[in-house]
Amino acid sequence: MQYIDRLQVRKRINFRLRLNSILKYVFLGATLSGLVVLAILLIRTVSQGFAWIDWNFITGHLSMDPEKAGIMGAILGTFWLMLVVVFFTLFLGMGAAIYLELYAKKGRIHSLIQTNIANLAGVPSIVYGILGLTVFVRLMDFGSTVLAGGLTLSLLVLPIVIVSSQEALRAVPQTLGEASYGLGASKWQTIKSIILPTALPSILTGSILALSRAIGETAPLVVLGIPALLIPFPGGFMDRFTALPMQIYYWTLDAALVEEYANLAAASIIILLLMLFILNSIAIYIRNKFQHRF
Amino acid sequence: MAVQTQLYAVPAIEKKESKNKNEVEKESIFETKSLNLWYGETQALKNIDLKIPEKSITAIIGPSGCGKSTFIKTLNRMVELIPSVQTKGDIHYKGSNILSKDYSAEALRTDVGMVFQKPNPFPKSIYDNVAYGPRIHGIKKKSILDDIVEKSLKDAFIWDEVKDRLKENAFGLSGGQQQRLCIARCLAIEPEVILMDEPTSALDPISTTKVEELIQSLKKQYSIVIVTHNMQQAARISDQTAFFLNGEVVEFGKTDELFTEPKDSRTMDYINGRFG
Ligand SMILES: Nc1ncnc2c1ncn2[C@@H]1O[C@H](COP(=O)(O)OP(=O)(O)OP(=O)(O)O)[C@@H](O)[C@H]1O
Ligand SMILES: [Mg+2]
Repeated sequence: MQYIDRLQVRKRINFRLRLNSILKYVFLGATLSGLVVLAILLIRTVSQGFAWIDWNFITGHLSMDPEKAGIMGAILGTFWLMLVVVFFTLFLGMGAAIYLELYAKKGRIHSLIQTNIANLAGVPSIVYGILGLTVFVRLMDFGSTVLAGGLTLSLLVLPIVIVSSQEALRAVPQTLGEASYGLGASKWQTIKSIILPTALPSILTGSILALSRAIGETAPLVVLGIPALLIPFPGGFMDRFTALPMQIYYWTLDAALVEEYANLAAASIIILLLMLFILNSIAIYIRNKFQHRF
Repeated sequence: MAVQTQLYAVPAIEKKESKNKNEVEKESIFETKSLNLWYGETQALKNIDLKIPEKSITAIIGPSGCGKSTFIKTLNRMVELIPSVQTKGDIHYKGSNILSKDYSAEALRTDVGMVFQKPNPFPKSIYDNVAYGPRIHGIKKKSILDDIVEKSLKDAFIWDEVKDRLKENAFGLSGGQQQRLCIARCLAIEPEVILMDEPTSALDPISTTKVEELIQSLKKQYSIVIVTHNMQQAARISDQTAFFLNGEVVEFGKTDELFTEPKDSRTMDYINGRFG
């Protein structure tokens, strides 16, 4: 007694193959629709802004006159922000991930914390802005400085860094840890010399991706009262500053008054995209360079 | 599986009869007293009383799931890494109870090394793999580390194969070489006991033979406890054998006696391939 009827199979096989190729094009379409949007955006931005990028635009001070305006202040502001965010998220994020993944007892409290971190990752960024305004700008009296902005953005991306670092730590084969414990190593020795180095490439990739999210954030900065029209360059953590997304935001708003501001905004977008591109390339480079095979 | 054969017993008699029957009883290095272990609700070890003699090879055999791995992992307290584990009873190692709270697991594992079923080298160079243990225990001097690495690799019969590529990643080695590297890594902490959990089950016959020869050469200096599914291997290399079944020790005795004239009918059934 045979359950599979060869004749039926042969009849249906054409249908199955056709369905397969149709679906292939459906999925291709899904991929392309994203690409198309990106392409339109890029083309519009580049065509509007590329001609405006020159040495003076990149290195110059801000000015009301579109011909003279430069964005070095905003680039520096973004750079200082990144320093603060990198410092705090790497330490706090990795520390929290190590604790949650490797030290904490898995139980009810652990899963409560875990769920909350996952939820925090979904909180709208403007809420973090309000938090930062209350705590860093007013309560701790930092004012609208690099430090206040950096701390606010750190809080914003911290959940992402923690979760992605936890995943990286979890991906380290357990047998490696066992081998180390089996030789009499303590937990910290095992973490320091075996688990962290093995997980580091993925941790860094995750962190850099989170960082590029922080760079592009505008809403929390608006709430913090970060100005866009700021002439002096920031030189330290306690300086007032502006950042690229703020610059873009205000120029876009003011394009109703001065038409060329739209071009300046587009040019700034290109610069911001370039910075993101460089960051992501670094992430990919790090991952490929240090990745281990198992 | 139901066919009755004497497959495993025969080679064992031939080999072991040449041995001196009147050899002195060796001191025991490990002594477990009513050792019980639970994973959550399920009991994996039941009232284990075993005396494991020093400077010899003790084989642990038994069907899958009977608690062999669990048992040897209690000897260096690796079971503690599983949160749900609870143990009761005593394990005396050279006279002191290692299950007591103030015996440090790290110190124990420096004396009692372990080789795992699947070779698990670190994603580091061959040199750093072997030097890892000594470094953990505070040895920093390059010349001393060099000596330890060379001696351990020689003792593990792998020096000639790797001496020109010590700086290369250990993942570039074959499975059998990786396992001997793991044994070298274990020797580097100068343990007294080496626990091995099916160390050859992932290896081809030639690598298996090499590792078996290695194990026998180690017995002069180390006390070895080895879990194996391969009864010919147990018969070939071990001095005494414990037969585990459902978390209990059914029989424990000299390997040649256990394989030729087992006292328990269940041992007889198992070594004759009637179950497991
Ligand atoms: N981490 C664990 N959590 C819960 N139960 C476990 C765990 N590890 C082992 N057990 C159970 O304990 C019993 C003994 O397992 P153990 O791994 O010691 O068997 P074994 O004799 O080594 O088997 P094998 O020959 O297949 O390796 C089994 O019933 C197993 O299901
Ligand atoms: Mg096992």
